[in-house]
Amino acid sequence: MRALSRALPVAPALVLLILFLAGPIAYCAYIAFTDLQLTGQAESSFTGFDNFRTAFRDEAFLNAVWLTLVFTVLSSLVGQNTLGLALASLMQRASKPVRTVVGGIVITAWVLPEVVAGFLLYAFFRREGTLNAVLDWLHLPSQNWLFTLPILAVSFANVWRGTAFSMLVYSAALNEIPKEITEAAEVDGAGGWRRMWHITLPMIRRSIGTNLMLNTLQTLSVFGLIWVMTRGGPGNRSQTLPLFMYEQAFQKSMIGYGTAVALLLLVVGSLFSLVYMRLLRTEV
Amino acid sequence: MSVRPTAVPLLLATVLSATVLSACGSESGSDPDTVKISYKQSTDNSIRVMDTYLADVKEQFEKANPGKKVELVPIKAPDSEYYTKLQQMLRSPKTAPDLVYEDTFLINSDITSGYLKPLDPYLDEWEDWNQFIDTAKSAAKAQDGKTYGVPDGTDTRGLWFDKGIFKRAGLPADWQPKTWDDVLTAARTIKQKVPGVIPMNVYTGKPAGEAATMQGFEMLLYGTATGATESPLYDTESEKWITGSEGFRDSLEFVETVFEEKLGPDVSDALDPNFATRVRGELLPEGRLGINLDGSWLPQDWLEGSGHEWPEWSEKLGLAYMPTQDGQAPGKVSMSGGWTWAIPSKAANPDLAFDFIKTMQTKENAQKWYIANSGIAVRTDVAEDPAYVQAQPGIEFFTELVSNTHYRPAYPAYPRVSTAIQEAMEGVTTGDSSVEEAASRYDEELKTATDNQIIKK
Repeated sequence: MRALSRALPVAPALVLLILFLAGPIAYCAYIAFTDLQLTGQAESSFTGFDNFRTAFRDEAFLNAVWLTLVFTVLSSLVGQNTLGLALASLMQRASKPVRTVVGGIVITAWVLPEVVAGFLLYAFFRREGTLNAVLDWLHLPSQNWLFTLPILAVSFANVWRGTAFSMLVYSAALNEIPKEITEAAEVDGAGGWRRMWHITLPMIRRSIGTNLMLNTLQTLSVFGLIWVMTRGGPGNRSQTLPLFMYEQAFQKSMIGYGTAVALLLLVVGSLFSLVYMRLLRTEV
Repeated sequence: MSVRPTAVPLLLATVLSATVLSACGSESGSDPDTVKISYKQSTDNSIRVMDTYLADVKEQFEKANPGKKVELVPIKAPDSEYYTKLQQMLRSPKTAPDLVYEDTFLINSDITSGYLKPLDPYLDEWEDWNQFIDTAKSAAKAQDGKTYGVPDGTDTRGLWFDKGIFKRAGLPADWQPKTWDDVLTAARTIKQKVPGVIPMNVYTGKPAGEAATMQGFEMLLYGTATGATESPLYDTESEKWITGSEGFRDSLEFVETVFEEKLGPDVSDALDPNFATRVRGELLPEGRLGINLDGSWLPQDWLEGSGHEWPEWSEKLGLAYMPTQDGQAPGKVSMSGGWTWAIPSKAANPDLAFDFIKTMQTKENAQKWYIANSGIAVRTDVAEDPAYVQAQPGIEFFTELVSNTHYRPAYPAYPRVSTAIQEAMEGVTTGDSSVEEAASRYDEELKTATDNQIIKK
C-alpha cells in the first residue's frame, strides 16, 4: 500500500510514456515484420523476416549503408571531432576577443535550424554558388559539387553545422585538466604534440567517448540537411539510410519495409555505441 | 493514509490529461453541415488557379444550400508528397476529408486499399453523368467494375517549341517531326546554331516523379513497335507486367542520347525536383528552351490571374505532336491521365460531398474549370461548345490528340512500376548506368514491385 502510494506521483508520467512513447515504438517494431503498405493493398499480413532478407539483397540498401558509414566517419568521427578538438585547444591559448569571435561564429552555424543550414550550404555548393565564384576568382577550375561529389558536399555541410557541439564539449574537458600537470610536463621538456598525446588526450578520454557517441548518433539520423541539399541524389549517390528509409516508406508506400530499414539503422547505431562504451569503460 | 487526498486529484489529473490528449486527435470533421475538401495546392505561390475556382464553387454551393458550409483544406506539396499526405489522412476517420482530389495515376492503388467509396449509387441518380465521355468514365473504374471518382477533365501531351529559337536555328515555324530522329536533329541544330539556350527538355529521373514517367518515358515507349500492342508495359491477356522489351531499351536510349549529347538541360538541373516549375515559370517564357515534351495544361500558368501572365505565349510557342519512333502508324503519340474527385470511405458526410461534386460539375462550372486549368473537356456538351474550343489557343490541337491517346495501366502496382522507370531513366541520364544495365535493373525491380507478376516479351 505504501509503496503503491509512493509510486502514485510518477504514475501519470508513466502512463503517458507508455501511451505515447513505448506504444508507437512497439507498433513500429511490429510493422517491420509485416508487408504493410500505405496504398495498394487491401490488408497487410505478417511476413516474418522477409523485409530484412529483402534489404540485404537490395543493392540500393547496401549502397545506403555504405554511404551512411562514409557520411558518419567523414563528418562526425574525422570532421566534427577533430576540428572541434583543434578549435578547443587553440581557443585555450587565444585572447578573449578572438575566443569570443571564433566561438560565436562556430556556434551560430550550430544553432541555425537544419533546413536553413541546408539551404545555406546548397547556395554555397551549387553550380552558380559561392564556392565556384571564389574558385573562378582564383582561376581554379570550378564544378557542380552537388552533382560530382554529393556525399562529400553533404559531409562538409554536416561538419560546418555540427562542429560547435564538439568544440564545447572539448573546451569544457580541457578546462578540467589541472594546470600543474601540463606545466610539469613543459618543464620536463615535452613539446606541444607530446603533451597532447601523452597528457591531454588520456585525461579527456571520457569526454572523447561521450562526444563520439552523441555525435555519431546525431549524424546517423541526419535527414533534413541532405534532403534540402541533394534529396539523396543525383541517382542515389548521397542517399544515406534515413533518406532511403523515407523513400521506401513514403515514396514507394512500403511502410513495412521502410520500418524494417529503420530498425536496421538502430542496429548500426547501437554497434557504434557499443564500441564507444568500451572506450568509456577503460579507466584512465 | 495522508496520501489519499493527493492521490485522488493526481489520478484525476492523469485521466483528464489522457482524455484531453486523445481529444486533440479528433477534430471537427464530424460536423454534419460542413463538407471538408482536400486538394493539391501549387508549390508556386503565385499560381492559385484551383484555389480561385474552388472558392467560387464554394460560394455558389453555400448560397444554394443555406446552413451548409464548405471547408477547403489545401495541401501544398509537390505531387508525390501530396499523395503520401493524402493517404495518411485517408487512413483514419478522424482525419479523412469528405472529398478528395485523386490522380488517376494512384486511384486504383487507393481503391485497393479501401480508402475510397464506390460512387455508383450516386451516379445512377445523376443525370449529368451521361454527358461524360466513356473513356473518362472508366478513368476511375476499378477492377471490381465500380466507379470511384468523377473526372474533372483529362489531358494530352505533345511537343512545345519556341518559334523564336527555331527561327534563329533556321528551322520551320510549322515544324512537325515525323520520327524520333527528326526531333533529335532539330535539337542538334539548335545546339549548334543557338548557343546559350537549352535545346530540348525531356523530364527524367526520380525527382521529377510521374512527370518523368509519363511526359518523358511513356511518350517515347508508346511510340515504339512494342507500343503498337495494347500496352507496352502491361500485358492484359496474362495480366502481367512486361520485362525486357525492345521498345523499353530504345526509349532509354533516346533519353541517354539527349543527355549524353548535351541536348537537354544540365543533368543537375534536370534532376532538380523543382525543374518542372522552372520550365513553365522561367525557361519557356524567357525564351531559353527550344523544344519541350510536356502536357496540354501548360497555359494554365500563363493565363490572366495565374501570377505568371504571358498572354503572348500562343504567338511565341508552336505545337507539334510527338511522332512515333520511325513514323509508323498511327504516327502520333499521346498519353492521357487526369484527376478525379473522389469520396473517402471514411468520410463523415459523403452525401454532402457528392452534392458538392454536382455543383462543381454543372456544364457551366465544368467548362469554366477546363478553361482555367487548360484541361481537356470530358463532357461532350462542353467539347462541342464553340465557346470552349475557341477559349484558348491550343485547346483544339490537344483535344484532337484524344483520338490517338493512351491511358496508363494504372493498376495498384503502377506507382511502384513508375518509380522503377524513373530510376532506370535517372541511371542513363547521369551516365551511372548503360541502357542495358538500367533495363535489366528495371526487370529486377519489376519483380519486387509487382510481386513477380511479370512476363518477358
